Amino acid sequence: MSTIYILWLRQIKRYFRSKARLIGSLGQPVLFLVALGFGFGPVFEKAGGGSYLQFLAPGIIAMSILFTAIFAGMEIIWDKQFGFLKETLAAPVSRLSIMIGRTLGGSTVALIQGILVLIIASAIGFRPVGLAAVPLALVFMFLIALLFTAFGTAIASVLEDMQGFQLIMNFLVMPIFFLSGAMFPLSGLPKALTIVAALDPLSYGVDGIRASLVGLSHFGYFLDFSILGGVVILLMLLGSYLFSKIQI
Amino acid sequence: MSTTTPIITVSGLTKKFKDLVAVNNISFSVLPGEIFAFLGPNGAGKSTTIKMLTTLLRASSGTINLNGFDPIIQPYQVRQSFGIVFQDHSLDDDLTAYENMHFHAVLYKVPKAVSTQRIEELLKMVELWDRKNDMVKTFSGGMKRRLEIARGLLHQPKVLFLDEPTLGLDPQTRNHIWNYIINLNKENGITVFFTTHYMEEAQKVAGRIAVIDHGQIVAQGTVAELEQKTQTDTLEEAFLSLTGHEIREEAGSQLDRMRRMKRLH
Repeated sequence: MSTIYILWLRQIKRYFRSKARLIGSLGQPVLFLVALGFGFGPVFEKAGGGSYLQFLAPGIIAMSILFTAIFAGMEIIWDKQFGFLKETLAAPVSRLSIMIGRTLGGSTVALIQGILVLIIASAIGFRPVGLAAVPLALVFMFLIALLFTAFGTAIASVLEDMQGFQLIMNFLVMPIFFLSGAMFPLSGLPKALTIVAALDPLSYGVDGIRASLVGLSHFGYFLDFSILGGVVILLMLLGSYLFSKIQI
Repeated sequence: MSTTTPIITVSGLTKKFKDLVAVNNISFSVLPGEIFAFLGPNGAGKSTTIKMLTTLLRASSGTINLNGFDPIIQPYQVRQSFGIVFQDHSLDDDLTAYENMHFHAVLYKVPKAVSTQRIEELLKMVELWDRKNDMVKTFSGGMKRRLEIARGLLHQPKVLFLDEPTLGLDPQTRNHIWNYIINLNKENGITVFFTTHYMEEAQKVAGRIAVIDHGQIVAQGTVAELEQKTQTDTLEEAFLSLTGHEIREEAGSQLDRMRRMKRLH
């Protein structure tokens, strides 16, 4: 327990200390909210979709969680190369508790990032249907954070260095974001896109947040929650397994 | 035969990476309280051996016994028995010196009351107590090394492993660091196992030396024994006579690339 706690605490401390990263990673979601939210607003409204900012904000919250979580998971590569991982792996604690502590730490950081984006979105005009909806949205946000931190950990466990990072960003993380329905409604899409979106776990995360905050749902709460929960468990197992195989 | 049982016993230890044999059938033992050096050129298998001794790598074959425990069967007991200073820095730069110590204390389950006192003692010993609340990233290479030594001693290990502990440090700092280690060995009787390719360090500090080359131990003994064996007058001559004059290429510049990237980051 103490191992999990101290590894969690380390991630939190590092997050709050690197102010540049904290502010820098808020830049992109704010730009997306302002440029897309207001830019596409009139078209979206004319097409009968209602307020685009209302529709978009849950997607951008999910996006910022996705990026922060993946990055937090992949931080293991730095630790692997710069030695700190050895300090933890040579300690008399189980690898599973190291993996759990790191994943919880990364997820907490990603969740905080998502909450900050929610606050910023509210400041520029986003309105949740009611404050009672927020706790449920937080559950979905945390599930997304867990899922992608574990995913990042799994990737980082098999990668040797940061060379592959761009590849992962462009061919995995960006598609996960763009095909998730974060920016457009999933109904009435070409068949191929519908299938891809249904295979993308982030679709269910975005849908869950949107369902709780705005009351718009494509899959329904139950499906969102079950699929996210299932994938979280799968990736935690995979991440733990791959992490336990690291040799340095 | 000596009556004391060795604290480290290694026999027939081998590590293969695909087609490369990094460590090839080595055997040696270290007695409690000894300072034992692994001397060898770059890429001789020194770090690989330390990684196997410290449970970070699994041996391809052979056996290890450390403080009565087998790293494969009892990794936790083995890990509790040693402290280690790795060749590359292994501190968290974004934490303070004190936080790095505290992190270690929690991982090694040192009780809070004990750890508070020991952290203070050790940081004072390595003369970093007045910098305890500074971020490690503001430290020089020598200060980081001193902090790592203090950290490695926090859980009162029986054996201290040092993998090229003075690499890249200036002569003053090197001297300083060896003084701590020699004192520790004298006062607490801690067993010290270190690797180096600096001959003068091995000569000055180590009681016994194993010369390792191409993954094999080519000779072991005290400095005098090694000189006698090779019929040379200095350890340097003995070393060159044992390992030859050819220059070794170190494999993999991957870490260098990462360092450059981190600087740009």
